[in-house]
Amino acid sequence: MSTTTDVKRVSRASAGADPTGGRPRRRRRGGALWWFLVPALIPYLFVVIVPSIQGVTFSFTDWNGLNPDFSWIGLDNYVRLFSDKAAVRAVVNTVVLAVIVTVFENLIGLGLALALNTRIKSRNALRLVFFAPVVVLSVVVAFLWQFIYTPSGPINQVLEAVGLGELAHNWLGDPQLALGSISVIMIWQFAGYAMVIYLAGLQGVPQEQLEAAALDGAGPFQRFWYVVRPLLAPAITVNLMLALIRGLMAFDQIWVTTQGGPAQSTETLSTLVYRNAFQYGEFSYSAAIAVVLSLFVAVLAIVQYRFLNRSEGNS
Amino acid sequence: MNRYTWRTGLGETGMLIVALIFLFPIYILVNIAVRPASDASSPIAPTTDPTFANFVEAWNASGLGMAILNSVIITIVSVAIIVVVSAMAAYPLARVTARWSSGAFYFFMIGLLLPFQLGLIPLYTTMRQLGLLGGILPLIIIYVGLRVPFSLFLYVQFLRQIPVDYEEAASIDGANRFQAFTRVVFPLLRPVTGTVLILNGLFTWNDFLQPLLYLSGTTNRTVPVAVYSFVGEFTSQWGVIFSALIIGVIPVLIAFFFLQKSLIKGLASGVKG
Repeated sequence: MSTTTDVKRVSRASAGADPTGGRPRRRRRGGALWWFLVPALIPYLFVVIVPSIQGVTFSFTDWNGLNPDFSWIGLDNYVRLFSDKAAVRAVVNTVVLAVIVTVFENLIGLGLALALNTRIKSRNALRLVFFAPVVVLSVVVAFLWQFIYTPSGPINQVLEAVGLGELAHNWLGDPQLALGSISVIMIWQFAGYAMVIYLAGLQGVPQEQLEAAALDGAGPFQRFWYVVRPLLAPAITVNLMLALIRGLMAFDQIWVTTQGGPAQSTETLSTLVYRNAFQYGEFSYSAAIAVVLSLFVAVLAIVQYRFLNRSEGNS
Repeated sequence: MNRYTWRTGLGETGMLIVALIFLFPIYILVNIAVRPASDASSPIAPTTDPTFANFVEAWNASGLGMAILNSVIITIVSVAIIVVVSAMAAYPLARVTARWSSGAFYFFMIGLLLPFQLGLIPLYTTMRQLGLLGGILPLIIIYVGLRVPFSLFLYVQFLRQIPVDYEEAASIDGANRFQAFTRVVFPLLRPVTGTVLILNGLFTWNDFLQPLLYLSGTTNRTVPVAVYSFVGEFTSQWGVIFSALIIGVIPVLIAFFFLQKSLIKGLASGVKG
């Protein structure tokens, strides 16, 4: 340790220094710095923490959002939620949508990243092309695809033009297809986001290791699985988490295109929260739905984090 | 392995085809927007007689000019506050090893797991009680609160990789902690500040649900709400609707064009961190 640092340590000792040492590169006297947190803490408490606690509290009442009188009704809202067919349907839809979107955004994003992480000349331009939908307003994307999906719209026209006319469908109007059609919108919108993160992760894969593996006779799939994948683990973790949370909370794309229909085939917890609170005035029921959604997000995020951390550790 | 071979050429051709398929929706967007209302041919056929008439009509009828101004104000003010408060909070969280520091860090990270829907309704009623509905102030407060955890996370990750030598040098030269932060640490955070600016700017500009809730029925609309209500009025006049969609996206595309390098670099540093 240099003398200058020692001098400073002594001179700062009065400011709550801890002279016992520990990790030398970290400062231990930081008590006076806590007020740096205050400007971030106030809006965070006001916007996130307090309303979330209130939300959990409301979910155990019969409050309608306007009337100052309300009473505690225990778990009634939750019992109602799981005996309400529409709500159960929404739970299933939420999970299905999140899983489809997570899997395909990542498969496509990874595929694009691997393809662009080669010598091809147009890779910078292509990276821009695939990333561009990320910056477009979700509302705009949703309206655009609503038109693309119309029965006499571009997709069906293309299908007819190439002689696959019998594959034409009413993409958003058919309850069997609507949820899948909405996932395609989200995948188109966010695959480029996953791609950019995977590309960043691929920069950390040393060429020498790949060449050495190739010399040892590893084919492209073996090279990917044993060399690239372990080094890509942080990018995979980040991408899966981001995609899953995005999928679970999706609102814009659904609200603009189908508003949860037809026949509740695209109703998710997000749209149900909004509908119950602001169309039906069922604040406390809506709060219970939001609590269930939160539990989904938290449980899935923690399970995934644990699981991925373990596989990162193994490889 | 590093040469451009016929295989690379094949891969390049394949990727260009994929890119064309990927761009198909964008082609439709532009194609319909520049098509005169009288043209009833297939939406996939290129327009033979392109016109800007739809853009003029969309601009005049949609109130998008006002909405863009509103969105710009909300975005700039929110993002500026987010940057300042997150960078400040990240400083002790990354540098202080006392127990309160890591506790506070985890407390902020809870915010990444709580879906905003949970607090949506109670927050709305609080804002109503405070008489703040209809203006842009509640939106700014909400964006700051919602985006602090994520921005803080990026800053802390980044700051932990920066050696403390510069700050120590500054404090030897007599700077207090606040000066060390504003003159030394904050400038060092520039790369990640770029990322924080862009990702939060994008989020704020694109957000639909909160302005729908807080601003619908007022004249203070943001771009997504203006687009949404405009489409409701101009049902199936797709040429005009698509022109409005393009107008709503142009400001973001301009920003994206200038900032894409630092955005992609910033995302990269986030993953390696």
